Amino acid sequence: MHIPFCRSKCPYCDFYSVRADESVKTQYVNTLKNRISAEMSTSDCKADTLYIGGGTPSVLGAENLGRIVKSASPFLSKNAEITVECNPFGLSEAFFKTLAFYGVNRISMGLQSANDSERRALGRLSDSETVKKAVKNAQKSGIENISLDVMLGIPRQTEKSLAGTLDFCVSLGISHISAYILKLEEGTVFYNKQNSLSLPDDDAVADLYLQACEALENNGIMQYEISNFAKSGYESRHNLKYWNCEEYLGLGPAAHSFLDGKRFYFERDIAGFLNSAEPIPDGNGGDFTEYAMLRLRLTKGILNSETERRFKHKIPEEMIKKSAVFADNGFMESDETGIRLTRNGFLLSNSILAEIL
Amino acid sequence: MSKKEFIRNFSIIAHIDHGKSTLADRLLELTETVAKRDMQEQLLDNMDLERERGITIKAHAVKLDYKALDGNTYNLNLIDTPGHVDFNYEVSRSLAACEGAVLIVDASQGVEAQTLANTYLALDHDLELVPVINKIDLPAADPERVAKEVEDIIGLDCSEAPKVSAKTGENVEKVLESIVKLVPPPENNDDKPLRALVFDSVYDSYKGVIVYVRVVDGQIKAGDTMRMMATGAEFTVVEVGYMRPTFMEKTDVLSSGEVGYITASIKTVGDARVGDTVTTAENPADTALPGYRKVNPMVFCGVYPADGADYEALREALEKLQLNDAALSFEPETSGALGFGFRCGFLGLLHLEIIQERLEREYNLDLVTTVPSVIYKIHLTNGEMVEIDNPSHYPDPATIDYAEEPTVEAHIYAPPSYVGQIMDLCQDRRGVYIGMTYLDADRVDLHYKLPLNEIIYDFFDALKSRTRGYASFDYELADYQRSSLVKLDVLLNGDTIDALSFIIHSDKAYGRARKIAEKLKDNIPRQMFEIPVQIAVGSKVIARETVKAMRKDVLAKCYGGDITRKKKLLEKQKEGKKRMRQFGTVEVPQEAFMAVLKLDDE
Repeated sequence: MHIPFCRSKCPYCDFYSVRADESVKTQYVNTLKNRISAEMSTSDCKADTLYIGGGTPSVLGAENLGRIVKSASPFLSKNAEITVECNPFGLSEAFFKTLAFYGVNRISMGLQSANDSERRALGRLSDSETVKKAVKNAQKSGIENISLDVMLGIPRQTEKSLAGTLDFCVSLGISHISAYILKLEEGTVFYNKQNSLSLPDDDAVADLYLQACEALENNGIMQYEISNFAKSGYESRHNLKYWNCEEYLGLGPAAHSFLDGKRFYFERDIAGFLNSAEPIPDGNGGDFTEYAMLRLRLTKGILNSETERRFKHKIPEEMIKKSAVFADNGFMESDETGIRLTRNGFLLSNSILAEIL
Repeated sequence: MSKKEFIRNFSIIAHIDHGKSTLADRLLELTETVAKRDMQEQLLDNMDLERERGITIKAHAVKLDYKALDGNTYNLNLIDTPGHVDFNYEVSRSLAACEGAVLIVDASQGVEAQTLANTYLALDHDLELVPVINKIDLPAADPERVAKEVEDIIGLDCSEAPKVSAKTGENVEKVLESIVKLVPPPENNDDKPLRALVFDSVYDSYKGVIVYVRVVDGQIKAGDTMRMMATGAEFTVVEVGYMRPTFMEKTDVLSSGEVGYITASIKTVGDARVGDTVTTAENPADTALPGYRKVNPMVFCGVYPADGADYEALREALEKLQLNDAALSFEPETSGALGFGFRCGFLGLLHLEIIQERLEREYNLDLVTTVPSVIYKIHLTNGEMVEIDNPSHYPDPATIDYAEEPTVEAHIYAPPSYVGQIMDLCQDRRGVYIGMTYLDADRVDLHYKLPLNEIIYDFFDALKSRTRGYASFDYELADYQRSSLVKLDVLLNGDTIDALSFIIHSDKAYGRARKIAEKLKDNIPRQMFEIPVQIAVGSKVIARETVKAMRKDVLAKCYGGDITRKKKLLEKQKEGKKRMRQFGTVEVPQEAFMAVLKLDDE
């Protein structure tokens, strides 16, 4: 579920969000609830994850979020993973308790950096203490599965400041970390003033990435995807659906879906969505190329066994051959079980994918 | 001698962006030569490329009918001119077809570099100038000050100069009145033998070559046997007429003073070259009109399809362009690095770029071009002489007795305050000073002899930047001179890239090699492994750089299930790869080739 509201727009973010008053938010929650029932009641299969992302879902308040979860719960399987993305600012124990009451069992928050001047550069006005409080409040409410977003390649970021950020996460007992390399997206403030940002260069960012991978693994938080790390058993079941090329329904403006082999999405237009706009078709999905592109984001890569089960053939010979060349350079691994990218390979994954797909 | 009282032949000259094309459009509108519905901005520049670059590449001409305040209807022939030194010769022929020129000056910018350069060019052809102050609608316009400036700097009386806005149309009718009043009518020489100046020729797939002429003496009509005086080629005239902006108006006869077209089933523009004189076989003129010169290609480079499968398409495209461009030459060649392509000859670097862009745009071809070269004469120890325009054919240095390179006689016109900078530049380009003449208080003519290969890369740009655009430049091929030449080879990851080799004077080899190595380093995108860039003379490496291995090329974000976005990025990446040439293990983008061509002179 996409919640397209933010208090303010972060200078690097190009996700769809707007500022809205309470009445629009209430209207949006109601529309979303209706839409969930309408879409899901026609299907007899149950979802095993629910992800409320944004935007900033927490601006709706715990009760509204609870109402959304409640409307979805008839269509969720038992033990479903239910995640809510939150902006840590001012989140009380009561807030999390309410969420937990409605069944939310996973929280994802944007830390980005534990260094306050780096946070300011990213437009985050609260300090890292705020995040610490929010994490502790969530933990006290009984939600133990907490993910923090960490950003790599922040203006003026250093090895030392990154080490501080990672220590911060580890000391809080965080079970899941998404460490994204900053990407300058067209149309964002950062994109327009990139030359004055003092961004670390590509080589420095590559070093920061390798540093993050190592530091987290040393603390038992293992890499399972290009940008995602988790303690064993805490991998995001929801995000794994994307990377395993499985089906999902996305509701809300700019939300994307993959159902019955078709991809489709809602336009970046909240008014349209409130007026029950129909989704836009986005072609077929799920062929082997797409599957391979997504699976190669995972540390376990493409497996012969799973490929055979799903596509009735093994990994194509041509792909194996090309992978072998990359394996010689240390960018990939290739054996009888399958092929996968190494950490240095992840860093060059665009180039490698363009070669082997 | 009698005059053709109701004819006026004129060009429009201006500094770039002073509104030449817009004014031309307004004149067409005002004379109702073009119906409003056919009016499309900048009608005279009808090639896409021209509209985008805002420059006029080939000359065009239109006939306008204008009913003047004196009650008479005048036939105004507007002859457009191209605006770059590569086409200086075409400009001079267009101006030679006129009696006057409208000089546009921007009411806020005032007199600029090209205003002066063009004025002098027009005066060289004894044209009567009609000053026009344009863009009076701009907030910063100061027509009075600019008029005074024109009077002071150019010495042209501006008391009657129309002050117009070509954009809004204000006062544009006054320009037409000034043309009628100031531009002298042509002489009536109808009873002399035919002499018509070819100022442009265009290939048309239905009519064959359309020859644009200014008739100076005599008359021509359908059925006449026309003879090109330079080549002796003869054709039977099929049709004569006038160029209207949107159609061709057939007429019975073209006579002295008139501007029009001739068709005669001519197959290629090479048979009706710009500057040639048309006469008739029945009653030939004794002497041709002055100023003809056969325009020969002076700059050569290899042009290759990025995708080898496009070779035939490239050949067809070049054949079509050649129908229309007598200065373009080509012949097949092969390169170890680039496969099958063509060795093409051009007038200069702009001509090269224009042809390349037209091939890419109009024929949808992806191209790779090699470093341009001139024709060197290499004398071998066995007494033979070979002409080399392709560095890959450069003989083994051990077999070379001596080499010769072509030179040009160059005239550079500029205000005296820039003489120092210009001399530095010419010195740097191995120029030999011949003389300097003060044309008047504001203009000198610097005369140099320069090796041609020193001016084909970027001489004109360097000249413009050192003189803030105030210099103009013309050159003519001179003789061959003995010279100490070497061939530079470029090696990427140890492999010689034949397409990047070039021939250079030995004194400049080290400097140039260093710059090329740097340029390549900056323009070859980092790849998954380190790439040594070496520049060598024979087996001796004289410059070296390294393209570091790429470390990061990753899409970290997950984009909330928007898989299509990822797929599109992947497609884009693959497209990008296609634009690269694979050399052994190294991928080189076309921009890297272009960067080597355009070494700045820092």
